[in-house]
Amino acid sequence: MEKSMPRKGMGLDVLTLAVVLIVLSVLGLLWSAGTQDPLLQIHTWIMTGAFVLGLIALAMKGFAGLDNDQSRYNEGIIKAGIIATMFWGIVGFLVGVIIAFQLAFPALNIEGIGWLNFGRLRPIHTSAVIFAFGGNALMVTSFYVVQRTNRARLAGGVWTWFVFWGYQLFILLAASGYIMGVTQSREYAEPEWYVDIWLTVVWVSYLLVFLGTLMKRKQAHIYVANWFYLAFIVTVAMLHIVNNLAMPVTLYGIKSYSAFSGVQDALTQWWYGHNAVGFFLTAGFLGIMYYFVPKRAERPIYSYRLSIIHFWALIFTYIWAGPHHLHYTALPEWTQTLGMVFSIVLWMPSWGGMINGLMTLSGAWDKLRTDPVMRMLVVSVAFYGMSTFEGPVMAIRSVNSLSHYTDWTIGHVHSGTLGWVGFVTFGAIYCLVPWVWKRKRLYSNDMVEWHFWIATIGIVFYITSMWVSGIMQGLMWRAYNSFGFLEYSFVETVEAMHPYYIIRATGGLLYLTGALIMAYNIWRTIRGDVRKVESVPEAEPLAAAIPAE
Amino acid sequence: MNYEAMAHFAQTWGMIYFILIFAGAVAYIFWPSNRKKFDDAANSPFNEELD
Repeated sequence: MEKSMPRKGMGLDVLTLAVVLIVLSVLGLLWSAGTQDPLLQIHTWIMTGAFVLGLIALAMKGFAGLDNDQSRYNEGIIKAGIIATMFWGIVGFLVGVIIAFQLAFPALNIEGIGWLNFGRLRPIHTSAVIFAFGGNALMVTSFYVVQRTNRARLAGGVWTWFVFWGYQLFILLAASGYIMGVTQSREYAEPEWYVDIWLTVVWVSYLLVFLGTLMKRKQAHIYVANWFYLAFIVTVAMLHIVNNLAMPVTLYGIKSYSAFSGVQDALTQWWYGHNAVGFFLTAGFLGIMYYFVPKRAERPIYSYRLSIIHFWALIFTYIWAGPHHLHYTALPEWTQTLGMVFSIVLWMPSWGGMINGLMTLSGAWDKLRTDPVMRMLVVSVAFYGMSTFEGPVMAIRSVNSLSHYTDWTIGHVHSGTLGWVGFVTFGAIYCLVPWVWKRKRLYSNDMVEWHFWIATIGIVFYITSMWVSGIMQGLMWRAYNSFGFLEYSFVETVEAMHPYYIIRATGGLLYLTGALIMAYNIWRTIRGDVRKVESVPEAEPLAAAIPAE
Repeated sequence: MNYEAMAHFAQTWGMIYFILIFAGAVAYIFWPSNRKKFDDAANSPFNEELD
């Protein structure tokens, strides 16, 4: 064990990162000098600027003796990750509200400002909420959990900061690219080839930091939350690399062509797309559930054995479910059936995991009434159960013939993302902020109550309006008149959906409002303020959970 | 390999492969000597002192 003193001089981590950043800066300069493509020019300047800034930051911090004290947990990276998660969450929710209103009122797609059209903003919403908000939430909680449950400081020293800032650079490149029209048109994988390569570099570094920390652990068995995080990191690396196999037209241009074509391309895309749901939005966030629900409830997970079955069954099943996105297409029917069957099998691990999470509260159900943060976590697990019930139903081919291409799909996705992913992340952040900033409690529990109820009502608006709109849309599309002609023209179905689009946008606005209340609450907690008059009494766990240093 | 042979392979050996993996996981969790390890692991979120 090293002595608990800030180290002096340069370690191997600082040295290697400095060399990498110098090489990247030079390459970036040469690249920007060589390209004629105005869009790539902007991106090469952003990248080169980021590399040089990183080098300056490293020089200022690194030579002064970077803190790598092995007798303490790395909490600086946790604080940065919490702020990044909150920031990108609000950006992503805001863009979501804007595009929801653009759908309800097409006049909001302002002529002359093409780069703010629905088509450009939509990938910004999806990438911002999934990869920027969700990705930062997963990185920050995984860095917290892997340290605490293995009782070891994060491995990799300053490379953990490379992972953090490198990921923010990826988000910046992706989002600025979408606005400018740099896209390879693969859903949830829109960034072009050079941004994909950059994400691969960052992601492999993330994997090495995580694995390095696991290897420093003191006990033989690795706590289950880490298994879920590791499955998420490894599988997303595999999905990302395979789905983005492409050949750039020139190294000095943005455009590339996929290695796949036709139905193979479609299947690769949805193998990626559905496993982004399975391993990014599910396995990763289950890592959050398996740590934060027991921790907040102050009792171990209901059944550790069930958690192991949950893990192996989930990862062995999810990877096959993707073809259910391609029912009634050129995809061979047996492949569609395979995807459908595995989707239905997924009921078992999903509900096993949900029961495991919920039953952890057995004997402590009163916390649902007294602790709004606990309630947020538990409701997230309930939404996990609900959307993993709905998903397999929609994957059945005959149900899919009604639901596919309609708003029902959008409603389903949002019950999973707003309810499960969003709430479990909010719950984890409400736990983490007082823990890492060493505050006795949150600034205001009342505000957590407000956040909880406003956001929940928002979700209910969202998913119920999309159920009605989606099923109506599907039924109108398949309605025939007595002469065997289609009953409705397409535009009549669009017109019928108008009121539901307004309800949906209102729901999104409520969800965004909740997140803004949360951001204010978090900011005041970080400042060390405590709200004087509170109607919700302080829950017990917070004081007990503050870790001893 | 033609379609029939492929489908036959998936429907027999593929199924056996999945059943064996599942049986392996079940044996692992109920193996008597693993009980203490799992109990300790379940409590690891409550033992976080870094020394």
